[in-house]
Amino acid sequence: MNSSVIQYVEGRAIPVRGNDIDTDRIIPARYLRAITFDGLGEHAFEDDRKSNPDHPFDDPRYQGASILIANDNFGCGSSREHAPQALMRWGICAIVGESFAEIFLGNCTAMGVPCLTASTADIVKIQDAIEADPQREMAVDLKEKKMTFGDIEVDLQIAEGNRLQLIEGAWDATGMLLEGRGAVREVADKLPYVTGF
Amino acid sequence: MGQSLFHKVWDAHAVRTLPSGQTQLFIGLHLVHEVTSPQAFDMLRERGLTIAYPERTFATVDHIVPTSDVARPFADEMAEDMMVAIEENAQQFGLSFFGLDDERQGIVHVIGPELGLTQPGMTIACGDSHTSTHGAYGAIAFGIGTSQVRDVLATQCLAMDPLKVRRIEVSGTLGNGVYAKDVILNIIRNLGVKGGTGYAYEYAGSAIEAMDMEARMSVCNMSIEGGARAGYVNPDQTTYDYLQGRTYAPSGEAFDRAVSWWRSMASDADADYDDVYHLDGSALEPTVTWGITPGQALFVSEKVPALTDLPDDERDVAAEAYDYMDLKPGTAISGMPIDVAFVGSCTNSRISDLREAARVVEGHKVANSVKALVVPGSKSVLKTAESEGLHHIFEDAGFEWRGAGCSMCLAMNPDKLQGREVCASSSNRNFKGRQGSPTGRTLLMSPAMVAAAAIAGEVIDVRAM
Repeated sequence: MNSSVIQYVEGRAIPVRGNDIDTDRIIPARYLRAITFDGLGEHAFEDDRKSNPDHPFDDPRYQGASILIANDNFGCGSSREHAPQALMRWGICAIVGESFAEIFLGNCTAMGVPCLTASTADIVKIQDAIEADPQREMAVDLKEKKMTFGDIEVDLQIAEGNRLQLIEGAWDATGMLLEGRGAVREVADKLPYVTGF
Repeated sequence: MGQSLFHKVWDAHAVRTLPSGQTQLFIGLHLVHEVTSPQAFDMLRERGLTIAYPERTFATVDHIVPTSDVARPFADEMAEDMMVAIEENAQQFGLSFFGLDDERQGIVHVIGPELGLTQPGMTIACGDSHTSTHGAYGAIAFGIGTSQVRDVLATQCLAMDPLKVRRIEVSGTLGNGVYAKDVILNIIRNLGVKGGTGYAYEYAGSAIEAMDMEARMSVCNMSIEGGARAGYVNPDQTTYDYLQGRTYAPSGEAFDRAVSWWRSMASDADADYDDVYHLDGSALEPTVTWGITPGQALFVSEKVPALTDLPDDERDVAAEAYDYMDLKPGTAISGMPIDVAFVGSCTNSRISDLREAARVVEGHKVANSVKALVVPGSKSVLKTAESEGLHHIFEDAGFEWRGAGCSMCLAMNPDKLQGREVCASSSNRNFKGRQGSPTGRTLLMSPAMVAAAAIAGEVIDVRAM
């Protein structure tokens, strides 16, 4: 149950532009009709890709990319973990954006996919730079909260609790929560609705 | 300085501070459905874990359930696999399960309160973003993903950071034809689809206090559409009256003791808030979404906004919405033709919603060009509606009367839009492709407005009916 330490993510990046990209768009609901997450990667953004042949997920220049650069309120809507699972299974290991919807961010963290934010200006600058040079490697440093791309260096933000979970390898919370078993019982026994009022 | 309900509930359920600085939070009620749980049960098996508090988890089926033919095996093999998985998981792990043949089955957010499982002062989690619905009862209820479903099953806890609290005061009295749905659509329109990120919304004020429990549920339900992971209303006499006599609610003297504890958990009059927002409920009109986010909403008398009417950061999505919806700025939303009318979903499928829709429908016929369906949120709602003869009103008008489930809200069952159809829908999301056709279009509105649109064949002000 120990999860791996995630301090540094390195790889090519893929810009997916647009605000309010919801989880129905990341993975259409028809692919939730399954009892595993297997095979979700190929269906990431499926309907967006069908309606836009230039979608970055189909662009040969971005195949093999591992860092997704998103805009505002990425991952809003449904709580389906299938959305980050689809991105992860496509190859995404970290996401940097202007902002994230909260449940999506929590799901990503629980899967060991860091989500970090940067200013609108920095995100646009990075998206432009990637489009100009898609083969260049990017580095996301969770310890220093910085992202580098060529000679561009950008400050990143992440909630300290999530950052510690990731850099200390504690993003899979089950083990940690199990350790508190005795204390959980004490809290439960003080709740009137647990004890029957 | 007093405390808000959010902080009282949080403090009562905080187990300890984790090494990450997050709080280990005890979850009082865990609700499970067939879509987001099978992988979580698999993870338990892989790790050799058991369920820590099986008596605090209740499971049902809603998302994939066909609303016309529930004969097993389902025509959709994948849906059948999911149904079998939850039946086997519930049995293997010893969970209470309200399956298809159980009178208590229904949409998870409809049956929780109906059965009295949802109570004030609780923490509640479910692998579904509309878990915020349960906040109507003064509970703090979070939507979670599958890995967190695993955590709750294994430990009855979540690792979380506390939220800030924004009090949203809706003053005045709602006009005739204006409902809870209109209130929440306007809150989202005004504060934005991400305005609530990092917050729990506390809904208060005379317009909220005057609402019955089902209307409060519609408001809290869509908190997540405004970015707020949780939303709640402080419990009051309306809450206690609703809960009294429900299957899982305390009874006898225990009920009286429960009421005093519930009262003590409500926000103090001098509670401190991170933000306060006011909305004049008297000024609201029936409201309809025109675009591809729930914040792209209008009074029914208004016109689709021009880019120059909108803040800079909303223009790109508005341009995308014009294109997807095939709507031009300056077009009146009233008069927009519809193809499908859907009354249902965890937002608006309760008996009061059906009564309001039936009141509009009675004595009218659905327009020839419109396919219209009514989907009760639970078997219990269905039974009550039939005992009141509502199904006859709907069927006589040309609506299809269906079985309980999530239906056309999200396209995981046979109820889907086709092609470019436009749907007047009482559900919660107008995202691209949400209702099952990758190019289908959704207009969100109250059940009464859906009923009016079904009859007129186009968006129409229900107050004119």
